[in-house]
Amino acid sequence: MLTEFGKVFIFFLMAIIFVVIGVFVASLIRANRPTQEKYLIYECGENALGSPWIKFNIRFYVVALIFLIFDVEIVLLVPWAMVYQDYGFGGFIIGAIFLVLLAVGMVYEWRKGDLEWARPYPILPTVVKKRVKEEIIENKAVTNQEIVVN
Amino acid sequence: MIFEFFADLLGSQILSAIIIAALPLVFIILYVLLANWLERKVSAHMQDRLGPMRVGWHGWLQPIADMIKILQKEDIVAKDADRKLFSAAPVLVFVGCYAAFAAIPFSSAFVGADLELGLLYILAVSSIVVAGILMAGWASNNKYALIGAVRSAAQIISYEIPTVFIILCIIIVSGTLNLTTLSEQQSGTFLNWYILGGDVEGWKKFALIPFMFIGFIVMYISSVAESNRTPFDLPEAESELVAGYHTEYSGMKFAMYLFAEYANMFVVSALVVAMFLGGYQSPFGYVGDLINVPWLIPIEQFFWFTVKGLFFVFVQMWLRWTLPRLRVDQLMALCWKYLIPIAFVNLLIISFLMIL
Repeated sequence: MLTEFGKVFIFFLMAIIFVVIGVFVASLIRANRPTQEKYLIYECGENALGSPWIKFNIRFYVVALIFLIFDVEIVLLVPWAMVYQDYGFGGFIIGAIFLVLLAVGMVYEWRKGDLEWARPYPILPTVVKKRVKEEIIENKAVTNQEIVVN
Repeated sequence: MIFEFFADLLGSQILSAIIIAALPLVFIILYVLLANWLERKVSAHMQDRLGPMRVGWHGWLQPIADMIKILQKEDIVAKDADRKLFSAAPVLVFVGCYAAFAAIPFSSAFVGADLELGLLYILAVSSIVVAGILMAGWASNNKYALIGAVRSAAQIISYEIPTVFIILCIIIVSGTLNLTTLSEQQSGTFLNWYILGGDVEGWKKFALIPFMFIGFIVMYISSVAESNRTPFDLPEAESELVAGYHTEYSGMKFAMYLFAEYANMFVVSALVVAMFLGGYQSPFGYVGDLINVPWLIPIEQFFWFTVKGLFFVFVQMWLRWTLPRLRVDQLMALCWKYLIPIAFVNLLIISFLMIL
């Protein structure tokens, strides 16, 4: 007896076989005239400078982290969405509290500027900001050094 | 059901399952040829050009000529590239797209695997594509490819969140994750489609209509973004990144990315159709019912499903030639600052409406 997920497995195999056969058939027909230049990495006609396997923008990492939090909570919400109507108003309240917590986390990330792609200025902690303001009012010179120390 | 039909005919369930798994492949190949031709003609006519005209009547044989050309192309793997990952990446990308076809109900008689968790399954397998794209970008050892791949990954996973919130709305209203059941619930006329409140009774149906409509819009925007189409085609923005994650690919492996992209366009359209626009149900009723020929109904259902799916594929092409490409920060802002809060409030309101 073949279960439904057995059929899905055959779908996976079918897709793999299609790609492998496609590439194999092409390998029988296609030309193969290698030259040294063909096998270089493409970089607009220049010789490639350095390796691309280097550090890239930290933004991508932050997006992945935020996504992870949301995804885990969504996995918890799917069973809730299936059954909450059986529990009436109480069921809704439980889900709503959960959703509101998620929203508070989202607002926090937004406020901290983690949803901005390019941050125009660093967001200082509020206490230091006030102090800087006061000192500007008192016409005192504020160097970066002082802000970091305080 | 077509599975039982082939199982009785051939006397083997495995053989039957293999035939069932091969039929969507035939569908994809025909559909890709059509969509490829359509994309050129649509873009040409929108820009007041003619597009391909030489090969066949109005160039309808052009995609076939292209397939023959691409079969003969040399398959180049750069010396510095990671050979194994480079060859495995197209397989993963195509598997991710094709496996989603297993749960899509083309008609009441034809569904690859009638999964109880169909919606969740489609979300799960379409994440395989992200892994494939990252592998392609990393293995190419090319700066454009790597930047394209990480951008693509960030984009696909971000836009998954509004999609899931809207799917949760549908789960709440329909009470099922099975796509066939979802389509059956929308039978009758188009008034029973979930975009018009579904089969919910009384005043709730009318209260649901605006929120379902918002849900539909959010879902469609995020699914266009998930299939990396313009205006969200940052990963393959040709003016800055050459071709994105498939810069280094050539020949048949490149064709697999093409297949996967077009297949993905149909998968997201089919998902939107199955969730909001009645799936395979006809908007008016069936000719088969009228003249009392029961075997005609599944064929009509297949026709309606294909027409609705292709219409939304056409809308994607239309958008491509209408809207300019977004910047990467605008793309992320659209997802995190607009779509997610809207989808979030939508979910809260719908879940509140349904317990009243």
